[in-house]
Amino acid sequence: MALLDFIQRLLGLQKPSATTAKERLQLVLAHDRSDLNPELLEQMRREILEVVQKYVEIDLEGGDVSLATEDRVTALVANLPIRRAKAMPVGAPKDIVLADSSSKNLAKPAVCEDSVSSEDVGEDSPTPLGEVPEDVPPAESATDLPHASQASGPSEHEAETLP
Amino acid sequence: MFISPVISPPARIILICSGKGGVGKTTLTANLGIALAKLGERTTVLDADFGLRNLDLLLGLENRIIYTAQEVLSGTCRLEQALVKHKQQPNLCLLPAGNPRMLEWLTPEDMQKIVNLVAAQADYVLIDCPAGVEQGFKNAALAAREAIVITTPEISAVRDADRVIGLLNTMNVQPVQLVLNRVRPKMVANQEMLAVDAVTDILALPLLGLVVEDEQVIVSTNRGEPLTLTESSSAAGRAYHNIARRLRGEDVPLIDPSKEKKGIRARLMSKFRLAGLF
Repeated sequence: MALLDFIQRLLGLQKPSATTAKERLQLVLAHDRSDLNPELLEQMRREILEVVQKYVEIDLEGGDVSLATEDRVTALVANLPIRRAKAMPVGAPKDIVLADSSSKNLAKPAVCEDSVSSEDVGEDSPTPLGEVPEDVPPAESATDLPHASQASGPSEHEAETLP
Repeated sequence: MFISPVISPPARIILICSGKGGVGKTTLTANLGIALAKLGERTTVLDADFGLRNLDLLLGLENRIIYTAQEVLSGTCRLEQALVKHKQQPNLCLLPAGNPRMLEWLTPEDMQKIVNLVAAQADYVLIDCPAGVEQGFKNAALAAREAIVITTPEISAVRDADRVIGLLNTMNVQPVQLVLNRVRPKMVANQEMLAVDAVTDILALPLLGLVVEDEQVIVSTNRGEPLTLTESSSAAGRAYHNIARRLRGEDVPLIDPSKEKKGIRARLMSKFRLAGLF
């Protein structure tokens, strides 16, 4: 390890390369193992987003639907920051969505995570979750939350598309 | 019930594979073969890498080859004539790989036939598998009962190992165990190399052995004398001996060398981490 690297690591400016290697591997293996072709995955991603968008307005660019893997089990992880709730049609769906997002908020605020399979591998989401503020307004009072989507992670995609 | 005293348990037929080339399949096969032979097991190593055979060279047997698997299959010679016995370790035999053109016509049934012949007079059959996941790998894997996947802590090697493990699972090869090769404890301690448990977590395989990076491996291949042949206690040699003993069911504890002694930087780093700076 070069001295410069060492100092950068001490100051917390750079991740250890072993951590980077592990993260990259987990992502690439999730795709290798699933045997889903990228086209199908993209189509599935679009359809999932369409369904979610029927109920809530989501930050498309900050969100992500991706594959993650743990213990040779591949999971589909959707990480979709909610901008605001839509006017709900009468009935149950609203309650279900709210209950779900608020329980998940305890661990990962401002991010609604829908794991399609039972495996829930949230750590691999591209948006750093640690930087999200603790006090997150529940989705029904979230009339407009530009700050929430900003806070959900300064990823490159987001920086370009936010107003 | 009548039990004949001459019947021995069926041979263990173990595939040694990695996916990626150059991670240490042939070195492991040679060293493990010698180590098992030393422990009294009748061991035959079979070079299934017909395209790029090297096992003969690592065992120092390249000048004693007369017949190969090819002649055995075609009936030109008997198995006993093709097997090359190691002089210092007569428990170890090599069945050399034939001509690279064997790749064109060899079928899984041919491979099965060779392996069955060899297994009839051995306790252990180690198959040195070619790199890749193509027909050569498949022929070898279909003839094996269990497998050792060897990898290094590099992302390309781990990814290829994962692919191989996936294929072995579909081919009913059981159990599949992992050997992690060329570990550099200092780099692991400094978090500049994938840690042992990171690799075992990702691949989800039981760890059969851990071999540290050791210059003596190169010296031993130069001479054609596997490290396990001599008594000199190189780190890698000890690791191969331990793998052989674990394979036979002995309980030999695994020590993660990166956790044993830490470099000054790693110690400093962990102090900072404890102090909550990270």
